[in-house]
Amino acid sequence: MVEYRKIEILVGAFVFAGLLALTILAMKVSNLTDFGGGDGYEVKAKFDNIGGLKVRAPVKMAGVQIGRVAEIGFDNKTFQAVAVMKIDRKFNAIPKDTAAKIYTAGLLGEQYIALEPGGDEESLKDGDSIVLTSNAVVLEQVISQFLYSKAAGDDKSGS
Amino acid sequence: MLELLQGLGHWTLSGLRRLGRANIFMLYVLGGIPLCVRRFRLVITQLFAVGVLSILIIFVSGLFVGMVLGLQGYNTLVDFGAEESLGVLVALSLVRELGPVVSALLFAGRAGSALTAEIGLMKATEQLSAMEMMAVDPLHRVIAPRLLAGIIAMPLLAAIFSAVGVFGGYLVGVGMLGVDDGAFWSQMQSSVEFREDILNGVIKSLVFGVTVTWIAVFEGYDTLPTSEGIGRATTRTVVNSSLAVLAFDFILTALMFNK
Amino acid sequence: MTPSNNPVLENALVKVRGLTFRRGERTIFDDVSLEIPRGRITAVMGPSGCGKTTLLRLIGGQLRPDSGFLVVDGEEVTAMSRAELMQLRKRMGMLFQSGALLTDLNVFENVAFPLREHTALPESMIRDLVLMKLEAVGLRGARNLMPSELSGGMARRVALARAIALDPMMMMYDEPFTGQDPISMGVLVRLIKLMNDTLGLSSIVVSHDIHETLAIADYVYILSAGKVVGRGSPTDLSQTDNPWVRQFVQALPDGPVHFHYPGAAFAEDLRL
Repeated sequence: MVEYRKIEILVGAFVFAGLLALTILAMKVSNLTDFGGGDGYEVKAKFDNIGGLKVRAPVKMAGVQIGRVAEIGFDNKTFQAVAVMKIDRKFNAIPKDTAAKIYTAGLLGEQYIALEPGGDEESLKDGDSIVLTSNAVVLEQVISQFLYSKAAGDDKSGS
Repeated sequence: MLELLQGLGHWTLSGLRRLGRANIFMLYVLGGIPLCVRRFRLVITQLFAVGVLSILIIFVSGLFVGMVLGLQGYNTLVDFGAEESLGVLVALSLVRELGPVVSALLFAGRAGSALTAEIGLMKATEQLSAMEMMAVDPLHRVIAPRLLAGIIAMPLLAAIFSAVGVFGGYLVGVGMLGVDDGAFWSQMQSSVEFREDILNGVIKSLVFGVTVTWIAVFEGYDTLPTSEGIGRATTRTVVNSSLAVLAFDFILTALMFNK
Repeated sequence: MTPSNNPVLENALVKVRGLTFRRGERTIFDDVSLEIPRGRITAVMGPSGCGKTTLLRLIGGQLRPDSGFLVVDGEEVTAMSRAELMQLRKRMGMLFQSGALLTDLNVFENVAFPLREHTALPESMIRDLVLMKLEAVGLRGARNLMPSELSGGMARRVALARAIALDPMMMMYDEPFTGQDPISMGVLVRLIKLMNDTLGLSSIVVSHDIHETLAIADYVYILSAGKVVGRGSPTDLSQTDNPWVRQFVQALPDGPVHFHYPGAAFAEDLRL
């Protein structure tokens, strides 16, 4: 029975190590911990073009993540994209006239919403909308604009 | 030409017959699960054999795979100036694919072959037959605890593999190559989804656990009771379960990560 | 020599009627009928590969005959469900040729195995029972050894202790004397006789070791080519005029066997 006790202890250690590894994966490696639950308030913003923005993309202010994109929808009347952001309760003093812009992290990185604070006394509450938005920079558009202007420039210099 | 056709037909039929036998076998084995729950000691003893004894190989392999991922990933990412994403790369590759798959392959080689050989030897030495004559069903008493232990051990081993692998990637990326510590973890955390990535990885390893252990115990039980038969059955376990793991991995990946 | 003439066989423990069993193309039993009496040692003899072991498996219900039926203690084995078979087997003990000890358990646990599986006895009682059984085979001192540390004869004695652990009504011995040195052979012969007489068992000994088997058997069947070629008490058999039986019992090198069987037996050996 001493033998069996040893086996039991080692098996216990094995199962513990396995569960510990799972916990580490859940807590340390994945985003289970942050902005997961309903702890926060929702703010809407309409964009003409959201580019490659995805649900759960970060919402940042001054580079600090303050929330996530909870939902992306489409407004049938204005033909605009509606992004619902869930912002952590800690950040409850964001001015009402804050602007939302879609940026890309690095040249090829993921897209996120950056909030730029305005000067309003009142702050955003659950269900509010951000009016001032600017669209995602779509790489194809930038390139075609660049080529177009370049072609136009060439034309001018040529004539 | 006809002989070729006959060969193909023979091969197909015998394969189907084996598959049928394996399914009936599994059905009988599942009848032994109540016994295993009642006498959990049987399962614990097997958990020692398939789980504890596999830890070392899983740990070492996980560490090395993680370290290689760190090196290779860094060399690729640094060209795009995206070495901060190393954590994401290492963690996602491990949690989604390499953790479940590589640990299942190692498990097939380490624990699966041992299971087959053990059961085959028990058959060859009439131990299974003797149990039957003692009115003990070997499918319930011998096979079911081993199957259950395999299914429990596999996700745990895969989790250990992934966690150790992430640590290995961290050692190389942050420790050796100078990736920013904070960026490594924060980028990883913002990109790895719990449900999407980690839970799916666990589901994968569960499926692999069932597959590998099932094949291993069936090959052992179905073996010719000779030393040559046992040798062949052991090889078949490793080959078949590795192929099955890779095939299932493709199917599961297609189902899970197909956005 | 019809069996019903013999009063001992009237109340037989095992009755086999019209048993036919084939393995692939090979017919192992061809319309065999025999009886195993209660309280006696019955020997089933015959050359290697004549299906002696198969007979034990058929009696234990591990194999099913192609036709014919077997009755054990009034119940028809051939018609039993799996659960009923399990109940029957609890009353049967079988000693396998190799002993078939469970290699991952020590001697004590091997003997305790049937008790642990089929009873809910307290640990102290299991201990007492196991030590009693081990004492009976003279291996109480070896209780902590693993099967790999035992000699062949010792392994068989442990297996014997395990087989009688549940106090069965019958014991089946599969080639108990094969490959034993004279001492352990003598021990086993004595044990089989002793067990049968003291525990009130009915025993079936399957063997081709004539000398040892005839010394303890009360009744003997001789099988060959799937048929019963001789039956009777050991004294009957030694006085028989059946040339085949005489050759087998007296171990004569020449006789009917050499004409008919070397080819078949050899082919079968190759297949094994």
